[in-house]
Amino acid sequence: MKGLTRDRAISVALVAPSLILIAIFVYGFIGFTGFASLTKWDSLEPNFTFVGLHNFARLFATVPTDRFLCDLRNMVTFTVLFLIGSISLGFILAVLLDRHVKGEGIFRNIFLFPMAISYIVTGVIWRWILGPGSPETGALGINLIFEKLGLGFLKWKWFTEPSSVHISATSSFGVFLSHIGLGGLTTSYVGLSLATISVAIAATWQMSGYTMAMYLAALRGIPTEMREAARVDGASEPQIYRRVIVPMIRPVTLSALIVLGHISLKIFDLVVSMTGPGPAFATDVPAFYMWETTFRGNNFAQGAAIAVLLLLFVALLIVPYLVSSTRSEVRR
Amino acid sequence: MVKRLVSVFGIALVLGASLALVACGGGKSNKLEIFSWWTVGGEGEGLKALFGIYQKQYPNVQIVNATVAGGAGTNAKAVLATRLTGGKPPDAFQLHAGLEVEKYDPEKYLLPLDDLYKSEGLDKVFPADLLSLLQYKGHYWGVPVNIHRANILWYNKKVFAENKLQPPTTWDEYFKVSKALKAKKIIPLAFGSKDGYEAGHTFETVLISVLGPDAYKGLWTGATKWTDPKVADALNVLKKMLADTNSDNAALTWDGALAQYFITDKAAMMIMGDWVNGWFMSQNYTGYGWECVPGPKVYDGLSDSFAVPKGAPDMQNAMNWLKVCGSKDGQAAFNPLKGSIPARTDVDPSLFNPYLQSAMKDWTSEPIVPSVIHGAAAKEKWVTVYKDILATFATKGDVAAAQKALDQAASDNLAM
Repeated sequence: MKGLTRDRAISVALVAPSLILIAIFVYGFIGFTGFASLTKWDSLEPNFTFVGLHNFARLFATVPTDRFLCDLRNMVTFTVLFLIGSISLGFILAVLLDRHVKGEGIFRNIFLFPMAISYIVTGVIWRWILGPGSPETGALGINLIFEKLGLGFLKWKWFTEPSSVHISATSSFGVFLSHIGLGGLTTSYVGLSLATISVAIAATWQMSGYTMAMYLAALRGIPTEMREAARVDGASEPQIYRRVIVPMIRPVTLSALIVLGHISLKIFDLVVSMTGPGPAFATDVPAFYMWETTFRGNNFAQGAAIAVLLLLFVALLIVPYLVSSTRSEVRR
Repeated sequence: MVKRLVSVFGIALVLGASLALVACGGGKSNKLEIFSWWTVGGEGEGLKALFGIYQKQYPNVQIVNATVAGGAGTNAKAVLATRLTGGKPPDAFQLHAGLEVEKYDPEKYLLPLDDLYKSEGLDKVFPADLLSLLQYKGHYWGVPVNIHRANILWYNKKVFAENKLQPPTTWDEYFKVSKALKAKKIIPLAFGSKDGYEAGHTFETVLISVLGPDAYKGLWTGATKWTDPKVADALNVLKKMLADTNSDNAALTWDGALAQYFITDKAAMMIMGDWVNGWFMSQNYTGYGWECVPGPKVYDGLSDSFAVPKGAPDMQNAMNWLKVCGSKDGQAAFNPLKGSIPARTDVDPSLFNPYLQSAMKDWTSEPIVPSVIHGAAAKEKWVTVYKDILATFATKGDVAAAQKALDQAASDNLAM
């Protein structure tokens, strides 16, 4: 390890340009965004007066607008529903296809196809499907189907429903919470945004084909001998899945969680084309707010503050994964 | 191998050529670079008509049409700011008349146009309210080409006639009409709120109506307090009004709401700007009438103008361009195509369709106020917060909370 061998010199020289570029265009700009979030830059002309955490404090305030708090609630709602939806649906589809059904190739393509569509298109399609209609126009889209099938009680306002499900402040549990100083948990910001369910349905439709493909590859990678052995040992089919297959494809589940998770934190185009910010920001997401603040409001400092928080959320998800995967690589 | 070499060489050639072209751009020439976000449809054609007039008078000048597409010029403004601050300005650029000029730091970057106003007699042909709106720090910074109007109550003539109703001119009348329509199972007001700014737009027209033009203008300069009880009155009017709209408004844009409810006679009214007129014409629909939003007659306007930066490469060409923009011929050629009215008061009305003719009449007689949601009354940072507060209010209807938030937004943005 002493001195520079010729090989080493060449490898450093080859890596250096990309290192420099990444240092400037990724980490340099992250640093600049972080710096901008601490300034008073609120018009086109840069203004680097230092204001500390003022921009962050504003995001978490309810006056003049509680938009960011709504966004956080929607982001969590969306992420949870979307992850549960796509992973379970993807797994079920993969298991069904793994049974070597006739025309497997066709089904595989059908299920994978939505992934090839842009989120903008998905958004427009699902806006039409879930557009609720009104008493004057009659039911539209999926509400009309429900009506025709005699399932009228399922008709719903979908993404135009402004309310959220949360702990009521007047319920006995809510009163108890505010007694012990946790009254904040009874606000509408800690809950499930009902309108966001519609967006999660659209996103699940789009991405469950992708998880299906991942799971299908993983299932095919499990040697038949394993199943045979389990069967010989007297395991029933459900037991084989629970005890053998699911544990064996756990790494795939983890990758799917990470990939889908960071998509859902950054989701933007689907919301823009499908619902917009929604009634009282019931479907708004941080990325959309960031874009509006920065490029419509020219409030670059505020936009940068949202960007920093978004980066933080994604990092919370990705960094543990990266750490664990590099560790396991080293072990190998 | 040879093939690859040839293709690499080809790429290098193309790159070199484009560099050379860029380099040529900086040379001495007789050019006019016009920077705008008018790319398609009527506005693109209107701009071309202006170019045509300019070219006839100055045939030796080569016009460079530098457009940056994007709604309401958001992308264009970002590009323009870097060009101005970077010392590579275009010869003339598009600017919303009103407070938008503030963000370009006019005393540093723009050319005052007071002499041009005098020599062309522009200060005599524009209405006085517009002139005072155009002035910033005592100077004119842009020449307006067109005027749009934001506070129009569009109504369905057939529905009004069948129910023997008159278009309302006061809020009392409005709510009476609204009650009569509801009894007939007709939606009083068609509303689309998907894009998030529509409640803010509607509220702006209500504010003007309830507070009157001067107090409304004062809201944006600090002369009127947002804690004024009349602001609460206006919020209450808006709340009552939005309670009787189509229930699926969050799923629709304004044109969607018109298509779904207005032209199918399921709804009777809509409050929107006069771009609605162009939409009606594109649908070959003629059953609409219009009236100012109830209350005193005020013209809630927004205007596109052109400004010239200091250090424009071809200053003389740019000044000639502004002359064309401000001229009677220029405004008469541009506006019928764009679907707006001329800022000048002396253009022949027979060139315009019936709606625009009536708007031209109002333009000369009514007090003029700047539209906030369309960027003429306050800076964008304030406008986005205002828009968000109203979007929340439209759903939650908490008057006290909304007023407090509006007051907070005002003190954030007025204390500089």
